[in-house]
Amino acid sequence: MARNVSTQRKIVVTVAAWAIGILIFFPILWTFLTSFKTEAQAIASPPLFLGFDWTLENYHEVQERSDYFKHFMNSVVISIGSTLLGLIIAIPSAWAMAFSPTPKTKDVLMWMLSTKMMPPVGVLVPMYLIFRNTGLLDTRLGLVIILTLINLPIIIWMLYTYFKEIPGEILEAARMDGASLAKEIIYVLTPMAIPGIASTVLLNIILAWNEAFWTLNLTASKAAPLTAFIASYSSPEGLFYAKLSAASTMAIAPILILGWFSQKQLVRGLTFGAVK
Amino acid sequence: MATLHTRSAARAMMAPSVLLLLAWMIVPLAMTIYFSFLRYNLLMPGMEEWAGFSNYRYFLTDPAFFQALFNTLAIVVGVLLITVIGGIALAILLDQPMFGQGIVRILVIAPFLIMPTVAALVWKNMFMNPVNGLFAHLAKAVGLQPYDFLNNAPLMSIIVIVAWQWLPFATLILLTALQSLDEEQKEAAQMDGAGAWSRFIYLTLPHLSRAITVVILIQTIFLLSVFAEILVTTNGGPGTQSTNLTFLVYAQALLQFDVGGASAGGIIAVILANIVAFFLMRMIGKTLEA
Repeated sequence: MARNVSTQRKIVVTVAAWAIGILIFFPILWTFLTSFKTEAQAIASPPLFLGFDWTLENYHEVQERSDYFKHFMNSVVISIGSTLLGLIIAIPSAWAMAFSPTPKTKDVLMWMLSTKMMPPVGVLVPMYLIFRNTGLLDTRLGLVIILTLINLPIIIWMLYTYFKEIPGEILEAARMDGASLAKEIIYVLTPMAIPGIASTVLLNIILAWNEAFWTLNLTASKAAPLTAFIASYSSPEGLFYAKLSAASTMAIAPILILGWFSQKQLVRGLTFGAVK
Repeated sequence: MATLHTRSAARAMMAPSVLLLLAWMIVPLAMTIYFSFLRYNLLMPGMEEWAGFSNYRYFLTDPAFFQALFNTLAIVVGVLLITVIGGIALAILLDQPMFGQGIVRILVIAPFLIMPTVAALVWKNMFMNPVNGLFAHLAKAVGLQPYDFLNNAPLMSIIVIVAWQWLPFATLILLTALQSLDEEQKEAAQMDGAGAWSRFIYLTLPHLSRAITVVILIQTIFLLSVFAEILVTTNGGPGTQSTNLTFLVYAQALLQFDVGGASAGGIIAVILANIVAFFLMRMIGKTLEA
């Protein structure tokens, strides 16, 4: 009897959860489906759900007309570039704070985090002028620099919380066994640090890929990543639903896949380790 | 371990990040403060002059500023209400035993991973458009007039779009917190005859309180600076009906080229964010000790 009730309950919960899940996901599903329709089918009334002639025409056209691949590569270069540069600066810093902490370490960490609280609009004017005067406006390099700066605190924080979990006793044990410093780093520390570094990289690529304040304000066309490219569909081209959908699908697909793989790290990184 | 040698090595390892962030924090902000006291328009180069507090006076007496301030707060409060209440409900639902939990989780998280310009344009064109949008089709199907969401209720529409993006964030964090709730505690409460509602009020909610605080504070930081969603949907309009503080400063700077005025607006935005940040830092500082 009790078993029966709980199976029944499980079915009710399953139906409710799936219904809500599909409802929340629906705009993305709809975009995906529309990207394979013709423009006429995309605005058909009543709307066509699955019964249409699937075509890849839109993907082809988006590339032909607007050099989609260039913007895609801009996004790749900017997000990966800023992540790697951030890592190079952050790893030594997080390492030092995790393994030889001083009484001031906590204050330094909190201060770094506080730089993240500054609203971007507070420094928009000077950054725009600096970029204009140094020729960094609308360049990939400029965006790599600025995205490195805005995400650096998150990278350091995440790495710090991961490094902190590496037990110090292991280091001592390795030392007792006569391992040299180089061996200690290569054989003991690196393998233990790599999962944390990988999660940090993943989260940071997602954040950089989707950043839409600086990428919109500091690029025109040459270095515009996908965030800015898609914004050019705001009017009136956005009324070509099938092409808007094709461009959008390609822009979000890589990050959706990365994000699904890193759900757990997402929570940890976005709450600065406050919720694990 | 912490010999003099390792300590100076540690300092050298931290130096690049500290110096960069120090420069990033001080230099542009100092420039903004300086500009905010100048009469300085990019269209009239070489005409800069000291303006005292007139930029601030201009900003603080501009009706658009109060509209923007109201809109900023409306977006923050509106999105928080939807995402926190919705997030608690969704997290509790997803925490129950069910079939295919992993897949549902993936579906629910998705909107958070979508870039803001895509999310806003898809909603604007494919859903809220009064002629060809899906909502218009739905309205016609049941015999109603299609509603022009972005023209008639621009702020509400933007709140809905932004809430759709942030609901997954709240859900994901609250769900993570919920999963650390002790199963035995729940069972004990049940044995003692506590109903579902009182278990929620006296057990679940207190357990979630820290996660809820974190969600509210982190979202507030981001929601104060909503920008891309406004830019691609309403462009702040009609009039200034959907202009928030961030968008107002952007328009002043990059559309009107008024460096002085925009800088004064930027400083006001920084002060507002600092008030929020003060509480956030205290909160996170506490969890660091725990």
